[in-house]
Amino acid sequence: MSAPCGLFFTSYAQESALFPSRFLKASMALFFVALVVLPPWMNSYHVSVLCLINIAVIGAVSLNLLTGSCGQISLGHGAFVGVGAYTAGVLAAKGVPFLLALPASGLLAALAGMLFGLPSLRLKGIYLAISTLAAQLILEYVFLHWESVTGGSNGLAVMPPEIFGYAFDNDLKMFYLTLAAASLCALGAANVLRSRLGRAFVSIRDHYLSAEIVGVSLFGYKLRAFGLSSFLAGVSGALWAHYTMFLSPEQFGIGLSISYLAMIIIGGMGRVAGAVYGAVFITVLPEALNALSASAEAWMPGMTSNLMALKGGVFGLALILFLLFEPEGLAHRWRLIKAYWKLYPFAH
Amino acid sequence: MEYYLQLVISGLVVGSIYSLVALGFVIIYKATKVVNFAQGELVMVGAFACFSLTVQFGLPFWVSFPMTLAFSTLLGMAIERLTLRPLIGEPTISVIMVTIGLSSVLKSLVQLCWGTQIRVFPQVLPADPVVVAGLPVSPVYVAAFLLSILLFAAFSLFFKYSRLGIAMRATAFDQAASASMGISIKSIFAMSWCVAAMVSAVGGVILGNINGINSQLGHLGLKVFPAVILGGLDSLAGAALGGLLIGVLENVCDGVAKDVLGLGGFKDVAAFIVLVMVLMLKPYGLFGTRQIERV
Repeated sequence: MSAPCGLFFTSYAQESALFPSRFLKASMALFFVALVVLPPWMNSYHVSVLCLINIAVIGAVSLNLLTGSCGQISLGHGAFVGVGAYTAGVLAAKGVPFLLALPASGLLAALAGMLFGLPSLRLKGIYLAISTLAAQLILEYVFLHWESVTGGSNGLAVMPPEIFGYAFDNDLKMFYLTLAAASLCALGAANVLRSRLGRAFVSIRDHYLSAEIVGVSLFGYKLRAFGLSSFLAGVSGALWAHYTMFLSPEQFGIGLSISYLAMIIIGGMGRVAGAVYGAVFITVLPEALNALSASAEAWMPGMTSNLMALKGGVFGLALILFLLFEPEGLAHRWRLIKAYWKLYPFAH
Repeated sequence: MEYYLQLVISGLVVGSIYSLVALGFVIIYKATKVVNFAQGELVMVGAFACFSLTVQFGLPFWVSFPMTLAFSTLLGMAIERLTLRPLIGEPTISVIMVTIGLSSVLKSLVQLCWGTQIRVFPQVLPADPVVVAGLPVSPVYVAAFLLSILLFAAFSLFFKYSRLGIAMRATAFDQAASASMGISIKSIFAMSWCVAAMVSAVGGVILGNINGINSQLGHLGLKVFPAVILGGLDSLAGAALGGLLIGVLENVCDGVAKDVLGLGGFKDVAAFIVLVMVLMLKPYGLFGTRQIERV
């Protein structure tokens, strides 16, 4: 026998490994290769959905660091994404190279996140949620009324990104760029979670008093959680700006903040994989509804005219049903399925 | 000067509606510790129910108004039973998100039934302006203000003297103790949702008579947060005062911003700037219980 069946950790390093088994490593590699190889054979609509998924994954992963891992509810995440997007748009218009503008948008979003996080850090639970809601509405107002910079309600046009003269000017090229960014962000978040910083976040979420007693500085770590999370949100926003090529304030409204929260709840709080599942689910949901209503149009005329209302309703319903029946999200369900097949003929 | 006085008066009217919505919010929060992000949508649904009964079914206003209240009561009960009760004891974020999900479901139902355009109520009150403090004011405004005050008085008496009101206060104060004294916590929770839906519907009907209604009315619910935080999350008097203060404040700030700085649309954000300041300086509000743990 070369190796025991199942996972038997004999050291901390093994336990905290990103991919604890060789099978998992191989299947992740296979999945990644499929992601890289398949898109050129897909039609551009599917590739564009994949792009949106990649961008949403970054946002969801970042919010999951803050809300899922550190327990700080943020209803202002959409606005932080917006700060990143507008920074990227303005910097691109000034001719700053994309590779510089991307971290710069992250940094500015982090600054905004920490600034609005600062009063929030003294508050918990519902008070924090409401103060981040205020951040959302105040930033939305700034996007709309600081017309000399953001273009106000007329919007702001953004060029496709360029790295060393290579322009990412179609969906496929954008897909690879966003895939790279999303993978880096997901890996980064996973690594943060198994580091000292991540353990401090989790300890604050689980019991802030115990965390403080064992020496975690609540103020410092909460501020870091806000900063790190909004940095990634800003990166997501920058990619969004370059992908959609047009920014207007209503894209970054409270609805965006809510859909990010929905992603991490539906996917599974506090897990990187959960954020990914949630981002896929919430991005695909409206597209699936589009397709469904188009095919339902034949026997139920007028379906497409009600599509907007229907999307909101289905979104809300999915959120409620998940909270009631699957509160730990898709990541948990996936684990249960795996556990079931691992032990298949036996129940325990 | 007259311009600002006018702003104050219309602020008071809008503020009295905020107060009503905030009243519903506070009642739910007080009894169940649930923060209801769907409060604005309850206003909207109430308004559309009344609109539908008066205009589409052609009932007289004094018949459709009580029917609207009955409908809202049932709606509140259904919401509590179906979505909130299974979540008792779950973390804050689940409860917040379920009410947010609820708000988008209610909004989409209203859009599916009534579309998105603005609907106007038939005129109930005379259109000739009444003179208040030397300024002409529409009777609808005066009626709205008086009705809010009346409702607040009624609810204060209800909470002070009626058995049910006392039971609700007791539950808010100490759930375990009131349960052991024979109060049914479940029915108190349901009751608080019924009351909240009802007062919101009243707010919606008043609004419908002033401005007309559309499916964006739910945004009003956001204004509840500055009002209740300013007044104190668990205080009825705070809801009343907070609503009025926020109404006046945002109207005056809007006027000043337009007049002095030439900034448009400041109304939407003024209340939230106030909110951030209140949270920083006095997070438990004017009358709220001090129980916030500071870090």
